[in-house]
Amino acid sequence: MPVTKEDIRRTAHLARLHLSEAELDSMTETLSRVFDDIDQLHEVDTEGVQPLHHVLDLRNVLEEDIPRPCFTREEALGNAPDRTEEFFRLPRVVN
Amino acid sequence: MSSPIPKQNLPWWLYLKMLPSPKNLRNHPDLILEAVEQALVRARDLESLHAFVTLLDERAHRQTAAVRDGLRRGEPLPLAGWLLAVKDNIAIQDVRLTCASKILENFTSRFTATAVERLEAAGAIVIGKTNLDEFAMGSSSENTIFGAVRNPVAPDRVAGGSSGGSAVAVAADIVHGSLGSDTGGSVRLPASFCGVCGLKPTYGRVSRYGLVAYGSSLDQIGAFAHTSQGLFDLLRVMAGRDARDSSSAHEPPPDSRNQFSAIKHSLRIGIPEEYYAHGLSADVETAVRSMISKLERHGHSIVSVSLPHTKYAIPVYYILATAEASSHLARFDGARYGFRSEQATELTDVYELTRGEGFGLEVQRRIMMGTFVLSAGYFDAYYRKAQQVRRRLLEDFSRAFSKVDVLLTPTSPTTTFRLGEKLDDPLTMYLSDVLTVPANLAGIPALSVPIGNDSQGLPIGLQIIGPHFAETMILQLGTEVEGLRDGVSS
Amino acid sequence: MTYELVIGLEIHAQLLTDTKAFCRCPNRYGEPPNTLTCPTCLGMPGALPVLNRNVVEQSALLALALNATIHPHSKFDRKNYFYPDLPKGYQISQFDEPFSSGGWQDVEGEWGMKRIRITRAHIEEDAGKSLHQDDGSTVVDMNRCGVPLVEIVTEPDFRSESEAAAFITAVRELLRYIRVCDGNMERGSLRCDVNISVRPLGQTALNERTEIKNLNSIRAVERGILCERERQIRIYESGGQVIRETLLWDEATEEIRPMRRKEGADDYRYFPEPDLVELTVSPEEIERYRDGLPELPNVRRKRYREQLHLHEEAVAVLSGDREQGDYFEALLRLGVDARTAAGWMQGEVRRALTSENRDMADFPLAPSALAELIQAVERSTISISVAKDVFRKMLTDGRSARAIIEAENLSQVSDESELRLIVERVLAENPDELAKYKSGKRNLMSFFMGQAMKATRGRANPNRLAELLQELLDTP
Repeated sequence: MPVTKEDIRRTAHLARLHLSEAELDSMTETLSRVFDDIDQLHEVDTEGVQPLHHVLDLRNVLEEDIPRPCFTREEALGNAPDRTEEFFRLPRVVN
Repeated sequence: MSSPIPKQNLPWWLYLKMLPSPKNLRNHPDLILEAVEQALVRARDLESLHAFVTLLDERAHRQTAAVRDGLRRGEPLPLAGWLLAVKDNIAIQDVRLTCASKILENFTSRFTATAVERLEAAGAIVIGKTNLDEFAMGSSSENTIFGAVRNPVAPDRVAGGSSGGSAVAVAADIVHGSLGSDTGGSVRLPASFCGVCGLKPTYGRVSRYGLVAYGSSLDQIGAFAHTSQGLFDLLRVMAGRDARDSSSAHEPPPDSRNQFSAIKHSLRIGIPEEYYAHGLSADVETAVRSMISKLERHGHSIVSVSLPHTKYAIPVYYILATAEASSHLARFDGARYGFRSEQATELTDVYELTRGEGFGLEVQRRIMMGTFVLSAGYFDAYYRKAQQVRRRLLEDFSRAFSKVDVLLTPTSPTTTFRLGEKLDDPLTMYLSDVLTVPANLAGIPALSVPIGNDSQGLPIGLQIIGPHFAETMILQLGTEVEGLRDGVSS
Repeated sequence: MTYELVIGLEIHAQLLTDTKAFCRCPNRYGEPPNTLTCPTCLGMPGALPVLNRNVVEQSALLALALNATIHPHSKFDRKNYFYPDLPKGYQISQFDEPFSSGGWQDVEGEWGMKRIRITRAHIEEDAGKSLHQDDGSTVVDMNRCGVPLVEIVTEPDFRSESEAAAFITAVRELLRYIRVCDGNMERGSLRCDVNISVRPLGQTALNERTEIKNLNSIRAVERGILCERERQIRIYESGGQVIRETLLWDEATEEIRPMRRKEGADDYRYFPEPDLVELTVSPEEIERYRDGLPELPNVRRKRYREQLHLHEEAVAVLSGDREQGDYFEALLRLGVDARTAAGWMQGEVRRALTSENRDMADFPLAPSALAELIQAVERSTISISVAKDVFRKMLTDGRSARAIIEAENLSQVSDESELRLIVERVLAENPDELAKYKSGKRNLMSFFMGQAMKATRGRANPNRLAELLQELLDTP
């Protein structure tokens, strides 16, 4: 099915990916071709077929409610691009 | 792209065979340190292959001392003597975990993957992290910020992907074994292209804890080694339930080494006709069919089967894997770790610019695809449909395995291709996975065993596929194939 | 034009598990920022979720208490969106196969009794806390990230802010009662979003609704509803249309503000969580959970009113507070009469709790200890005023009622001859008063009672004493 530039623009926003106009064009072209190929899936008769979520028949994998040691604050914040003594820091959400 | 010239004009083959076997090293523990040193030197000498991202000199030294001490104390350490490399999308504590991406270039993991923990606890020594396609997305190991991985057999060609670095580390005899990850063929394809053995275990067989996810319902940590026996040795230690991975199967690891040998009884070998269709190179088909004949003469029966939904495997794979990936990769947003764009002044920029600059093109493509197939209005037509067809694919395999014990196919329609050859057209690249992807969708184990070279000297891989948890059987058959290939009777 | 309010609620309740939903970091409030995290709740590469068993158990109790149906199968889904307090870029939640659906809660008020229908209750995880700083930055604390939540969604059955308030109060009480949530709205362990629309009275179709967030108390819920009702009516009266949007309640100014977000309506792109497997609950397990439920407040309330005939105040306290009710029940099981027990709970016990600023859970006397004391009064071993004294002593020095009564020789003097002697002596020692009484000053009876009680150090059985005094005074 045809994928339009508007579809790509909207999708890029949903994915929080900044793409230049040229990149948007290129992405539209590539993905259109990919989706053309993918569309052959609709040939398959899947009437009444249950979607497959997991290949293994596992159920109820649960763990006891017993605490395990946590990260220290340094381990938690150590990789942060920006931080204060105690927190992760980001520029403000524009309201 | 020009090919790098090795330091001396000697054929690669003279460099191989320098690494003593794990068994030899285990019997002479004092030589382990020297072997580790040699491996590190060799890795640096062969730097032009771009197999490694990070070498772990100090850490490997510490591990060596611990293994030597352990052996002296009489600890079992079944993998003492093994030198390993680990794909750089598998976590090791306090070691850089880059996933070959700018967005994690300076990220340090704070924990170790269960599979690595188990291998190290058994005495294996990790000497470095290997190069890969960014976030495991690719079939050639060219989509990486560390330079494309080159095939040691032919350095102007790709190593295959996405676990190219790990395949090369073994193929170039730097280490005995290595870990990769396989979501759509990322262990088997590079194994095939580089002429080594590569295993994708049953889904859930090896813990995914510590593996940076690509397609969570498809991913498995896999391994490379020179022989199927070697893969078995690694699998035995890595496999088994892990409480930290909810998708980890309860199946106990494969049984003890004493029982592992070539297959003792004759198998019904299935040949799925859809895997031998157009696009298969002549040399590859000849080599595979020749091995099939040898197996038949060796006492196995050959049965033709059909897996009718095979052609839909690629579209199903690309829908499900990219959907899962698009969600998983949302955590890479410049907020808590990793790269953050310097241009970002407000929050939306932090996200959009960081991800726009931090992710390579192929990763961006797959994020876009995955986001699209999950978005409102498209979910049923794409994602849900793909899950339904996935069930059909699983049913194809179930039906086939009621008639045969294993399936034999080529691993890849072709042998390795030139660097840059397929980068312009993603679709062509995606089709490299056509023979490997179905096993991931069904969650069944699959092995690639090298069976010779084509007319240009490029390695050809034979794929052995089994039902769920049948790793022992397919590895035993792999051993038999190796014997037949080498003219050694088993 | 009269307008009708149509309200639905979405309540998020934090469960009282020891650890988080998908990792084993402690589930605790008020710890220093970013000290309760691990690879999983921080969303680090390579980490995986594992479901807490106790989350399933507490969710089951909650669902059953709300009369909901626990589904034999349910699964988890990813709800995808970007926000600073959401480290994975998605929240693990449940979309189309929730843990439970259906159910109801009756609410009582000036409207009588009304049944509010519950659409569903599902399991999900909480996000971290982002705090907006003065310098324009946002800082984030991930301690809360991954704490287990149950989201309870109601049908749009409310027609007034009072009904909504009553419902939240009832649900809060219920969740505290069954010990799955502490219901603290200020701390955010119970949060309530309101979906609200108005329509002309008589219209059956629903008009467009808005969602109000950040209502941190029941009072805020009521005020927020009234405020938004006004706003929507004004829009309709001026010929406009209400648009679907999310609004924020500003507690400081008591106003509704639009929650402006750059993007349009969020597309959450729900899909099944591949890292978690399906949840199944068998009928046997459901029965086991049901057995684990205590007698619920409304059932207790009815029983206390209709069978035990307690006063309204006692009914309210003893059915509303789990610990007090359970203690009361224990007293009954030990044979104490219901009204007597209720009297003690409302009287001495309550006084003791408030003076020490204690909760019932920390009350030092076991029900059997208090029962022993109460039964001493019922057997007339001691008088009620002595009992109150003994009670206080039991609290301070930890001795049993029996020990105190014996040690201090407090048992009531009921012996006929001993009492008679005491009364005779009192009368003999107070001839003037006796003369005054005999000449008509009947109120001096209380004087003689006082003297007699003093002489027995308060240990006389008052009724018997009064009878004896009357008898002796009446004889010439």
